[in-house]
Amino acid sequence: MNLVVLMRMVPDVVEELEIAPDGKSLDRDLLRMIPSESDDHALEEALLLKERYGGRVTVLALSAPEVADLLYTAAAKGADRLIELRGVQTGLGVRAAALACADAMTSLAGVLPADLILTGAQAIEDLDGLAAPLLADRLGWPYLGVVTKVNELADRTVTVVKEFPGGFRGEFQMTLPAVLGIQAAERPPRYVPVAKVRAAMKAAKIEVGQAPEPIAAPLAGIDLVELCKPEAAGRAEMLEGAPEEVAGKLCELLAAHGLL
Amino acid sequence: MGISGAAAPACELTLENLFEFPQGRRVLSCIQCGLCAGTCPYGDVMDYPPRRIIAMLRAGLLEKVFQSDGLLACVACYACMAKCPRDIRLTEVLLPLVKEQVFLNLPETPAELHRALENTLRYGNPFGESARKRAAWVKTAGVPIRILPEDPRPVDVLWFVECQNSYHPRGQDVSRATARLFHALGMDFAILGNEEKCAGECARLLGETGLFDTLMDYNMAVFAKYRFNRIVTSGAHAYDAFVYQYPERGFRYIVEQTTPFLARHVDRLRPLLTRKLPYAVTYHDSCCLGRHNGFYEEPRSLLRAIPGVRLLEMTHNRINSICCGGGGGGMWLDTYYKAKGYERLSERRVKEAAATGADVLAISCPYEISRFEDALKVLGYERRMLVRDVTELLAESMEA
Amino acid sequence: MAGSVWVVAEQWQGRLTDITFEALALGREVADGLGVPLEALLLGFQCSSLAGELGCADKVLYAEHPGLKDPVPELHAQALTVLARERRPGNIIVPLTNTTMGVGTLLAKRLAAPGVNFTVDLRVSHGALEARCLLYGGKIQALVRPQGEPAVFGLWPGARSADAGRSVRTAAVEQVAVTLPEDSRVQLKRYIEPEAGEVDLTRQEVLVAVGRGIQSKDNLELAEELAAALGGAVCGSRPVVDQGWLPLARQIGKSGLTVKPKLYLAAGISGAPEHVEGMKDSALIVAVNTDPHAPIFNIAHYGVVADALELLPALTEAVRARKG
Repeated sequence: MNLVVLMRMVPDVVEELEIAPDGKSLDRDLLRMIPSESDDHALEEALLLKERYGGRVTVLALSAPEVADLLYTAAAKGADRLIELRGVQTGLGVRAAALACADAMTSLAGVLPADLILTGAQAIEDLDGLAAPLLADRLGWPYLGVVTKVNELADRTVTVVKEFPGGFRGEFQMTLPAVLGIQAAERPPRYVPVAKVRAAMKAAKIEVGQAPEPIAAPLAGIDLVELCKPEAAGRAEMLEGAPEEVAGKLCELLAAHGLL
Repeated sequence: MGISGAAAPACELTLENLFEFPQGRRVLSCIQCGLCAGTCPYGDVMDYPPRRIIAMLRAGLLEKVFQSDGLLACVACYACMAKCPRDIRLTEVLLPLVKEQVFLNLPETPAELHRALENTLRYGNPFGESARKRAAWVKTAGVPIRILPEDPRPVDVLWFVECQNSYHPRGQDVSRATARLFHALGMDFAILGNEEKCAGECARLLGETGLFDTLMDYNMAVFAKYRFNRIVTSGAHAYDAFVYQYPERGFRYIVEQTTPFLARHVDRLRPLLTRKLPYAVTYHDSCCLGRHNGFYEEPRSLLRAIPGVRLLEMTHNRINSICCGGGGGGMWLDTYYKAKGYERLSERRVKEAAATGADVLAISCPYEISRFEDALKVLGYERRMLVRDVTELLAESMEA
Repeated sequence: MAGSVWVVAEQWQGRLTDITFEALALGREVADGLGVPLEALLLGFQCSSLAGELGCADKVLYAEHPGLKDPVPELHAQALTVLARERRPGNIIVPLTNTTMGVGTLLAKRLAAPGVNFTVDLRVSHGALEARCLLYGGKIQALVRPQGEPAVFGLWPGARSADAGRSVRTAAVEQVAVTLPEDSRVQLKRYIEPEAGEVDLTRQEVLVAVGRGIQSKDNLELAEELAAALGGAVCGSRPVVDQGWLPLARQIGKSGLTVKPKLYLAAGISGAPEHVEGMKDSALIVAVNTDPHAPIFNIAHYGVVADALELLPALTEAVRARKG
């Protein structure tokens, strides 16, 4: 089994997000990048599939600050091949990047043919589309998103579970090769001891791949008028005081609403 | 004094080279008396207490110990090491080595612990809060506090604040109290502010030595940027890390924990303690400060210096103190222990404190405040007893 | 001449979903603003009766095909692509839900049109549409304008009230033909229902919801006690369910339930859009979070900046005292 995981780094929302003076981007000084959460899940799902079916996991990560950490951690978790992809513009919007990634996967030696490409179902800065269906469309492969489980990976098909509203799930069968947008892995991404990551830093090798010429510009066809913090249209009335005081106020409130 | 031993050797001890060192060879002198297992607060659930670990080691069966997760219940309280008649460096040396392997072999890391470790690696604190917020408490300290990255002139005392006391609301109370005391003593002190990161001791005691090494490397590099004469730290575990582990990387600074440091200055503090605090106070001996380093009388001398305070002793005090359960990763394993049906050590300890009839449970290790306040709530004692750091009581007694 | 505004209807278990009507309400507004017709796109198989509910639109384009019976994104996207190429709409609004995930992106790509994701509002500006989009878990808002037509918008739930999109009118229905590949590469095998024997959260009047801020499974007790005191039930956001602290049937939000209780008390929940969409219509929303900037405070009626672990027990006690 040949599994490819596409991972991206996105701004870490634990840090304060401030808008740059131009009003059209985030202030990069304050930014710290973190692997996109659902990409971490995509990696975990790939590793679980490798444990179940054997094969190789290739992690392709878009170049970003601290991306080496992401890749070495992936190696420590069990990824076999690490590729840092340069020359793909990241940031707001993913369409240009996803299409460039698809082309890079085709041109980089040995990435394809693959059975599955897994990536996160969506990321927090995907203003102009979703990575998984774009990859699929460019490669001409079938796609399904919001996947939370792979039930079976056979020679020519894969059976996956997708989440629907109200706690319902749907089991789909797809022909291989396919692209999966992973919402959550079957179990939370594993912890890897730092000692293993440090060992990976010495033993594992990160290949650097250069993306071919982009076929689209970032946010092509879209004018970004401005970025801003959302107006609290109808912000909550805030209650202050020590817990006991606030509890008392809330009780009054609930009683007034006939809830007590 | 207590059982503080010589600092660890310059090069690293491992399970492979264990017997090349005196501390390692001492392990083989174990007489299998079982005092360690008997005194362990979780001895009844520990499938491999130190006695059995050593027996397995001698029998060449240590691998089996690595496959069990029982050692996650070790809260690194130094009780076994304090009682060992052979003075084997259990908590200091042997247990972390074995726990490192246990940790590597865990099929799954318990979720809360997983998050705490990931957060510590990424943000320098287990809470997962931005490093940029580490010194936010300074704004409400009420006294000026110099932050070295902003003002890097040489300073006498580098105050290493520690994670709980930087981010946790109750810990911030302690930091504010400490700052007021330092200021009242006319100390020339400064903090690292947002450049400070966890000292890593609990990660090390748990077996996450990679994380510890990463933090140690980072902290040593930060220390090297500034000029100071000594370090005073609020962290009891941080103190241990600096005294026993960091010398391995060239740490040569004089270091003290806040409580013994303030105790050295009790004569200068006493005239400032003008407000009477009519409390019956029972002091909980922290594992690191007490059993490990022998600082039993120092916190008591501080409490006795406060007018109105009446000291009561718990049944298990000084060397016999019962751990709050926060060390060695225990701070983030409460859910895990609960699922296994273990009693929370903090609840056990709080029951004992309440039995003294004291109004205040005084502590001096940053983990203890939240653990004991939590236990008081669970047991329904929160109206009977308050938890206060020794520094908070001292600051309260200083006229505003 | 500007093209019409299209709203793609979404079905779930044979019924049109609320977001369809929300999108129609929004579509009506912007179509009127642009002076163009509003057309509803109904894709499916033997579901023409649903067209009668889409009266808010001027016209319903009904595409019937066996391949459109199941929610297979690439087939729906392909049908829309074919129709859009024939009919040249100006702006296409596609609901953004689990069911439709990927449809909008594929449609935009195949039309070589801009695709705007995470849209929460649209307005007419200088004869074109301007979209307000929520990024970074709801912390940052982007205002964007597609350059030219057609443009595709992925619309999040909550932009308008569903009622505003329901109409007693009947729109003209035109059945349109689409061809789709014979053998689909993606086939739905079966649906898996949520575990039975669980509390039906949609019928609860009071819900105490917990999020990451509850910190550990242990602390669920605090929520359970409050829920019991208030005569309600406990539910949670996705992270809490992912951790296994609550079963899937208790999840509120995008991949879980949508609820409209009389009281929704959100403890330690940040308020990311994926959760908010499941509870925003609750009659009274009270939020507790240690972060004063948590997006939940933007949709709550009342808020408290506090540690849920402290407030929940205090509130439980106060409620019990009050009830006697």
